[in-house]
Amino acid sequence: MRRLAPTADRTALLVAPAAAILVLLFVYPFLYGLVLSFRPDRGGVLGNYVKFFTSRSLWPTIFTTLRIALPATILNVAFALPIAYQLRRRSRYQKIVTTVLVIPMTLGTVLIAEGMLTYLGPKGWLSQTLQLLHLASSPVRLTHNYAGVLLSLIVSGFPFVFLLMLSYVSGIDPVLGQAAATLGASPWRQFRHVYLPLLLPGLAMAFCLAFVQAFSVFPSAVLLGAPAGPTRVISIAAYEAAFEQYDDSLASCVAMIMGAVQLVVVAAVLGLRRALYRGPVSGGKG
Amino acid sequence: MQGSLESLRLEHVTRSFGGPGSLPALSDLCITVQRGEFVALLGPSGCGKSTALNCIAGLTPLTGGEIWLDDERLDVLPPEQRGFGMVFQNYALFPHMTVRKNVQFGLMMRGVLAAERQRRTQRALALVQLEGHEDKLPGQLSGGQQQRVAIARAIVVEPSLVLMDEPLSNLDAKLRIEMRAEIRRIHRELGRTTIYVTHDQDEALSMADRIVVMRDGVVQQIGTPEAVYAQPANLHVARFMGFRNLLELEVDSRAGDEITLRGPWGTLRGTAKQRLEGARAIAAIRPDEIAIGAAGAPNAIAGEVSSVEYYGRDCLIEVVFAGGLRLHARTPARFERGATVHAAVPPERVLVYPVSSS
Repeated sequence: MRRLAPTADRTALLVAPAAAILVLLFVYPFLYGLVLSFRPDRGGVLGNYVKFFTSRSLWPTIFTTLRIALPATILNVAFALPIAYQLRRRSRYQKIVTTVLVIPMTLGTVLIAEGMLTYLGPKGWLSQTLQLLHLASSPVRLTHNYAGVLLSLIVSGFPFVFLLMLSYVSGIDPVLGQAAATLGASPWRQFRHVYLPLLLPGLAMAFCLAFVQAFSVFPSAVLLGAPAGPTRVISIAAYEAAFEQYDDSLASCVAMIMGAVQLVVVAAVLGLRRALYRGPVSGGKG
Repeated sequence: MQGSLESLRLEHVTRSFGGPGSLPALSDLCITVQRGEFVALLGPSGCGKSTALNCIAGLTPLTGGEIWLDDERLDVLPPEQRGFGMVFQNYALFPHMTVRKNVQFGLMMRGVLAAERQRRTQRALALVQLEGHEDKLPGQLSGGQQQRVAIARAIVVEPSLVLMDEPLSNLDAKLRIEMRAEIRRIHRELGRTTIYVTHDQDEALSMADRIVVMRDGVVQQIGTPEAVYAQPANLHVARFMGFRNLLELEVDSRAGDEITLRGPWGTLRGTAKQRLEGARAIAAIRPDEIAIGAAGAPNAIAGEVSSVEYYGRDCLIEVVFAGGLRLHARTPARFERGATVHAAVPPERVLVYPVSSS
């Protein structure tokens, strides 16, 4: 045993370069920002925080962002789960559909926003088609408002959630579903009693990652939303503080609050996850 | 449907995977299984035995043929409506459910009331001798215990038919032999019909009432363990049932089933098991049916012991004959390498098959 310990220690050193990069690029800036946020131009140590939570142009951004990020995340997970479940068996079909669904991820937010502005704008194809078919009497507005941002978050966020869910679903031994079937479970009950409980931990994980992504929405909120009003998200508040008012201290404060909100939601979801089964997802040896 | 099965009929059941030109995984399987019977599907891996079981369970759709349960056509029903119990090779226990929940699952799906559910679950767990483990997760159990849970889960719903897909292949040798007797006991106590898939001939011989020997998706022989063991229908079955000595020889003469073959040392008399054509045939002899001893016995041939493997109860010796032919024989007596011995097999235990079927 005594001989083993130094070997183990030396292997741990392999983490050092990665840890150094993490400290340099994440921990240090984070701590710097944290300290900076407590050094406002005016007011005491908590001056920025007091300002944030009393200013009508600042604190509501938390809820504006949540109002976009939570539905976007929930919808993404809700769409991704059934599609991934249907595609759980390896097939050529699975490959094709996966490729099509994942393409938006490779495009980037700005390109998606550009496309959506063209197609979904009041003079875009969608609006024109709907009017032509007399399904809408006036031009349909799906850009420069809440719907535009939500849609863009779904388009850009879905592939990510879908890929995560697909890997979770295909990790579950299909024999479990067959076993449930031989015991009299209909396809729905196979999903409800076998797949879903085994998927929930992964679902929670996917939700957290997708939420963190959606909560920090910036480009699409500016390009597709109404950044002065309904889609004035928290990252816009931070951007304005930093690059319009040149108040780095306030901007850091907003960033810290943003991080705290994300942390609260993630902690809540992961807390729920603790209550779930998290063991292996195969049925015994083999 | 529960417990009421009189017979399960498989009529020309065929399943092919993949494109045209590829051999079907299972072709033209016809068998009728009677109530209370224990039938083993036996064959090497890839012979179609698991495919056959999955077809019966409804997990693999047929590409031809029909399955009937008494007067009900079965192959058109999804697995959840067939009411069979199945034990999977890797047990397929639900990892997130306790032993009790696993066993109860089938009863829940059938809407059995809680009190009744509890009673039957307890009885099933008692039957597989797993009382006291009700609240454990499958991951906390040993392989043998998981296997018992899988059996309890399959039988608790009192299915008309229990399907088992190599349920013992993941267990160690000692446990495997114990579980054989256990499964046999459960089968007897419940009086259920069982179809059991295995590649282990000892398992099939010791457990089954009838054995279906398969190869490349085609049934080779259906018969009692005694028939399959002693009178293999063809060379494949013979090889699979332990006829280790396969000698290709010239046919000297034939009189009905009695065949005389000619080798470099003289003649060997045997019994034909299939219609023979051509000038050559294969004689199949089981090592333990060769008597090593006196020169006077019928079919006695003199040879030299070329190797000896000691097995405790007996030895496996290799004997070389004139012309370089070799025979493996089991004998309780000890021999030294180089000793000259006489190997004799009664003519009815020299089974002769045509060459072409190999």
